[in-house]
Amino acid sequence: MTRPAAPLLSVRDLRLEFATFDGVYQAIDGISFDIAPGESIGIVGETGCGKSVTAKSIMGLLPSPPARVRAGEILFDGEDLLTVGENRLREIRGNDIAMIFQDPMTYLNPVFSVGTQLVDVIMAHQRGKPKSERMTKQEARDHAVDMLRKVNLPNPERQLESYPYQLSGGMRQRVLIAMALSGRPKLLIADEPTTALDVTIQAQILDLIDELRADFGLSVLMITHDLGVVASVCDRVVVMYAGQVVENASVERLFDHPAHPYTRGLLASVPHPGRPAASLSGIPGSLPNLLDPPSGCRFLGRCSLAGDDCLTRPVPVALADRHEAACWRAMEAASAGT
Amino acid sequence: MLRFTLKRAVLMVFMLLGLLAITFTISHIAPSDPAALAAGPDANVEMIERYRVEYGLDRPVYEQFAIYLGRLLTGNWGKSIHTTRQVWDDLVEYFPNTVELVVFSIMIAIVLGVPLGVIAAVYQNRPIDHVIRILTVTGVAMPMFWLGLMAQLYFALHLGWFPLGGRIDMMTDPPGDITHLLMIDSLLRGEFGTFLEALHHIVLPAVALCFPALASIIRVNRAEMLETLKQDYIVNARAQGLTTFRIVAIYALKNAMLPTMAMIGLRFGWMLGGTVLVETVFDWPGIGLYAVQAAISSDFEPIMGATIVLGFFFMMTNLLIDIIYGILDPRVRDQV
Repeated sequence: MTRPAAPLLSVRDLRLEFATFDGVYQAIDGISFDIAPGESIGIVGETGCGKSVTAKSIMGLLPSPPARVRAGEILFDGEDLLTVGENRLREIRGNDIAMIFQDPMTYLNPVFSVGTQLVDVIMAHQRGKPKSERMTKQEARDHAVDMLRKVNLPNPERQLESYPYQLSGGMRQRVLIAMALSGRPKLLIADEPTTALDVTIQAQILDLIDELRADFGLSVLMITHDLGVVASVCDRVVVMYAGQVVENASVERLFDHPAHPYTRGLLASVPHPGRPAASLSGIPGSLPNLLDPPSGCRFLGRCSLAGDDCLTRPVPVALADRHEAACWRAMEAASAGT
Repeated sequence: MLRFTLKRAVLMVFMLLGLLAITFTISHIAPSDPAALAAGPDANVEMIERYRVEYGLDRPVYEQFAIYLGRLLTGNWGKSIHTTRQVWDDLVEYFPNTVELVVFSIMIAIVLGVPLGVIAAVYQNRPIDHVIRILTVTGVAMPMFWLGLMAQLYFALHLGWFPLGGRIDMMTDPPGDITHLLMIDSLLRGEFGTFLEALHHIVLPAVALCFPALASIIRVNRAEMLETLKQDYIVNARAQGLTTFRIVAIYALKNAMLPTMAMIGLRFGWMLGGTVLVETVFDWPGIGLYAVQAAISSDFEPIMGATIVLGFFFMMTNLLIDIIYGILDPRVRDQV
């Protein structure tokens, strides 16, 4: 078994919950995954399965309370992000890990020009550096123009003066990507970056992320519910269900040999050109209540293969090299399909 | 931006005409015959008619309105019965005092209110927020004149830190009029002693007057900050590694200031016309006191004059707020 180089980011057995009026909501229940340098990982799953919460907890962006980390660690370059404290996190944000979000319409400040916001972010990245290496305001401005050019925004100099409301959704997402990458981070977390965009713009933005990934040597953590996005930009996929990782495999492996019944269900619900619409199937039922999650397999109520052994919580089993699934019938499922 | 300002200014001209029409109408539906009044109790019908012609009261209403406008434009604002002076001269004397008091007072309210609102929002539901809430509830609930009286009792009579009332000491010569604003005139003429004295006199009434405005500015700003801090662009600013201070004091505050500015404008206009209680308590020679005295003695021309001046300044304030809105928010600037 060949292991890749030491992971850039390693999430180990992370458990996170929210204190709500109705009780404790167990949003993340013991998830683990690694991202190698330069690797692109997709986290997929339906709404409410804990994808965004995972991303935000890596960035330390979850307000606490109500969020509470119960266990686990998030190692980035050997540092545990859960214990480094807010000051160190602020240095890491933008400089080492950057994030782009779902809806570019609302993530830019409406009353400041694009240039002001971009230069501000670039200047904020200078704080950690020794005095001699810090950029002046003019250099930061030039860097801002550079970044806008890198994300293929037309007329970068002129766009510095424009305000967010004057830009289209795709342009705003480009500005946000420029902002995120301006500190030359090692890891980019993209939280459904194309969900709010038109299909053609989606493809452009995904191409751009792929292109920049090669340019900057970025690792990418792509959060999405769209398996098409995963197929086009990711090397590996982590499938999440109800706060747990149910399957972790390379993209090829996952599409060819899906092992977990949930993954198979997801794949079966994706329309394909050439596939009759009648063959599309949804997954019946809905997510279990995470205020009082079932003790066994969380997919139990929706699974066609379920049996009595599923009342015990499944442990991840290795099915092949770097392919794991948390299902008592993973082997069965894998051999039944394909 | 220039177009935006011009457009607002043109609109203001029409509003001003509306205001004049209203004051003119009010003076004409007042249930008395000015000609009969002017002619005196012993006049016969012929004499009353002569007065009617002399004052132009026999002409059609629109003509009278035109004459009235002409009179205002040439500075002939009529005569006050109780001061026996030209209304215009009275207004020039009293109104600047009110402006000084209100501007000073609103500045205190802004300088204290905006940061306190921000602090209350950032530390929501923590002890400091509760302390600020007590202050705001008190500010809204406490009558200004009572606050003024208490301030006089304690700070002027008991501690002797401030004078009881008045604009400056009786013995002090006021500086020659340049702007008619005492504090600015004394500075312009280099009379710093007089300036300090005027400052000394303005503190208590300004503080008493500022409380309701202070309270509403804090409350609006707190609510807006709470709303703004929840926005996605604040999350993004954090994700980009900006410091909390920069995020709160610049990224969030500029957005939260839009509704707060509207509140400041409203309060300022309201204070201009609502200073009479504080002016009475502190014996402040302002327009509120002047107008109330005129009203008590049914002295019509000064009331009209005061109404027009206050209305005009209220509109100017709104224009200024609109312009500031345009500066703060690019979307407003482009809409017009």
